[in-house]
Order: sequence, then C-alpha cells, then structure tokens
Amino acid sequence: MPIVESTLDPSNAIYDYTLPAGEPWLHTIKHGQTFRILDLEGNQAVDTLFYSAADHEERYSASDTIRHQGNLYLSAGSKLMSGEGNVLLTIVADTCGRHDTLGGACAAESNTVRYALDKKHMHSCRDSFLLAIGHADCGLAKRDIASNINFFMNVPVTADGQLTFADGISAPGKYVEMRAEMDVIALISNCPQLNNPCNAYNPTPVRLLIWD
Amino acid sequence: MTLAAINPADLLWSETLPGGAHTSFRMRRGNRLRLTDSEGGANLSALFINNDERSERYNMADTLKAQHTFHLTEGFVCYSDMGRVLCSLTADTLGWHDTVCGVSDAAQVSAKYGTASYQSHRNAMYRNGRDSLLIELEKWGLGKRDLVGNVNFFSKIAADADGNLQFQVGHSAPGSQVELRFEMNTLVLLSSCPHPLDPNPHYQPKPVLLEAYRGASPDQHDKCRNFRPENGRGFSNTERYFL
Repeated sequence: MPIVESTLDPSNAIYDYTLPAGEPWLHTIKHGQTFRILDLEGNQAVDTLFYSAADHEERYSASDTIRHQGNLYLSAGSKLMSGEGNVLLTIVADTCGRHDTLGGACAAESNTVRYALDKKHMHSCRDSFLLAIGHADCGLAKRDIASNINFFMNVPVTADGQLTFADGISAPGKYVEMRAEMDVIALISNCPQLNNPCNAYNPTPVRLLIWD
Repeated sequence: MTLAAINPADLLWSETLPGGAHTSFRMRRGNRLRLTDSEGGANLSALFINNDERSERYNMADTLKAQHTFHLTEGFVCYSDMGRVLCSLTADTLGWHDTVCGVSDAAQVSAKYGTASYQSHRNAMYRNGRDSLLIELEKWGLGKRDLVGNVNFFSKIAADADGNLQFQVGHSAPGSQVELRFEMNTLVLLSSCPHPLDPNPHYQPKPVLLEAYRGASPDQHDKCRNFRPENGRGFSNTERYFL
C-alpha cells in the first residue's frame, strides 16, 4: 500500500471539474497527460472504465491488470492494462493506499439480487454509464461495459476465498493520479449506491483534474 | 470422491475437449453439464452468454459481490449482468474454481513456453485462452466486445492479506468434477488452455470430459437457491424472465 504524493499543482491544471454524486463523466485524456481523481469528502467510490481512443474495442481489462501485477489491488505503480497487453495508464501518485478491481458497478438488476426486489428503482452506476454512452453517440454500447475499477473502494479478499465489504480507507482530500500512456477515453460513474458502505452511505462529489 | 454416475437414459451427449482446445455450444434451461478433469491439473476457461439476448452475459463482479465470495464451488451460482442466474454449481468435488485471473494471450504464451506454430507443430501448436475464446465468440457473430471476465474451472489462485496472488499447484486431482445446472438458455464458450498464472514452464494443457444430461429442475428447497437470500432473489428474477 505505498503512499506516493504528487508534485503537481492544481492551479496549473488545464482541466478542473467537480463531478457531483450520481453523475457520469466521459472525457478524452491524451497520451502524456496526467489525470487526478480527488476524493473531496472521503470514501466516495468512483467507478471507472478506460478505452483506447483509437479503438474502443481495446479497453481496460481487470483480469489482465490483476494477472500482470500478480495482485488484486491498485496502488502507486500499478499499470492499468488493456486486453491487448498494452498499458493504458500508469498510476503515478496515490495517497489513498489501494483501490478495488473486483467489485464492479452497481446496477438496478444486481441491486434486486443483493438487497431486495423493491430496490430496483434506486439510481445506479450502470444507469449513469448507459446514460453517458447513450447520449454521446461515440460508438460505445452495453457490450463495451466490462469490469470497472472502483477508485477509493476497499473490498478485501480473505484467504479462504470470501469477499468482504469493509469501511473505506480513503479520507477527505485523498487522491489517485495516473499518466495516460496512450490517448484514452475515460468513462466514470460517481457512484450513487446507498445500500452498502462503499460511499460511507453518503455519496459525495469528486474533483477531476488534468495536466499536460 | 466422484459424483454419482449419470443415468444413461438422461445423457444427452458426451465429448472430451482435448487440452489446449476450444469449443462452444448451447445449453438449454434445465439441462446440466458435468465437467471432469480426468488427468488432473486441467484449466477450463468459460464464458456464459444468455442465448436469448446476447448482450446479457456472465458478470464476474455481480457474481462475486452478490454471494460475498472470491471463488466458486457448490452452492454458488453464475450471475448475468441483469440479475439473473445463468447456471448453478449444483455439485463440486473440488471446492474452489478461479474467477478473476482471466486468460492467457498470444504474447504471454510465447514468452512463457516459446514458439510452436502450426507450421512446425501442426495440431500440437501452442494456443492461448484469449484467441481461443475469441474464435468461439466469432462463430456466433460476437467478438472482442463480448470477451469479458471468465471463470477458470479447476484452478485455484488464493490472495494474501496484501492482495498478492498465488497459483495453487496440484489443486485439481485426477477425477475432479463440477456440475453446472443451466437456469437460462445459455451459450457456453470454453477453452482448455493453461491458466495464465500456472508456473509450469512447459505447455501441457489437460483434457476435460464434457457430459450434457437431463436432471431435475430446482424446487423451492434447492441448495443453490437457498444458499443465501441473494440467490433466492436471483432465481425469482430468472423465473420471471421465462413467464
């Protein structure tokens, strides 16, 4: 869980946007740019997908990333791998400690299974992802929604093979920062889940910054 | 330990998938598929897709978090991304199947084992899981966009407290078996290439016996349905789909 601080100054950022809870964000990050997600109020799950901007069939692959680093968690130094064996982004700074690769995005459908059939109509990450790609007319569709990263989320795995949902280890002001190793499209859902502690039961905004 | 013999009157078909090969087929709702690692040390990568609506497919994250698990064994089910059960693990002699490590690709196979092309090795050429599953997907008009996280039957990869992964050598003994009962009409895509984290420096993929057969439908007392409350709701969602 290495903690690595950034040397970058937000006042030099070329892009600085606060994403409210429950909203999606679809944006191109150019090769060489640095992208920071800042957890403003602490323990906010940020569900994130990446695609090669040149060919969206090449996308972030959870299994390739996990296998490549031999570890389940993302932290400073982690390479976010595509299914083609290329590095999409490298995490260059992280003050949270570790991020989840297994938990995926919430959805109306999985909420009915995990909690109750009548939880179906609560807002979810899947709805945010589909809204963003539905409007963007960029060629992305449901088929392109694969296993996402959950920045700032803590989902420990036990030795006997259980998945546990622990309180987050993030806090106000923590951030994760990554360098784009190729032109990428980032698709984020600022998670609205209220049924488990992934957002500490209080979904909050996150700040998104890009530097050249 | 072996599972009870299949009644010959119930057997639909039986076939051995050679080590390093790939195949795909439909399984109807209600039918069962028994997988047997006859020699020990097999790895069977599997994708499951709802054949009635192919945008709905096995979802690793939903399967793990609905059942609070990192591995699959008897009692657990494979969830689609739409809150429905594609198949249930109704019996398992092994106790752990891998859900997170994905498949090998061409670059990894040549780096690890060297080159063995068709030109030089004919049908003993080295194959990789990614290309194998891609070929099978393409047969059904699907492709890379449908290549999502797969199950690796017969493999165990455990994690320590820091998340470091360790492949368990010798996990699946000869004769290990797992039975899947299909709760939806499912497209099953399989590759028997070695697991991407298998430390064996030699390319030695193992065969898997596939047996499709009829069996009893799940009733209200079904073990998988009652394994945890989440699965009860998953079965309810699935039943509604077939009304």
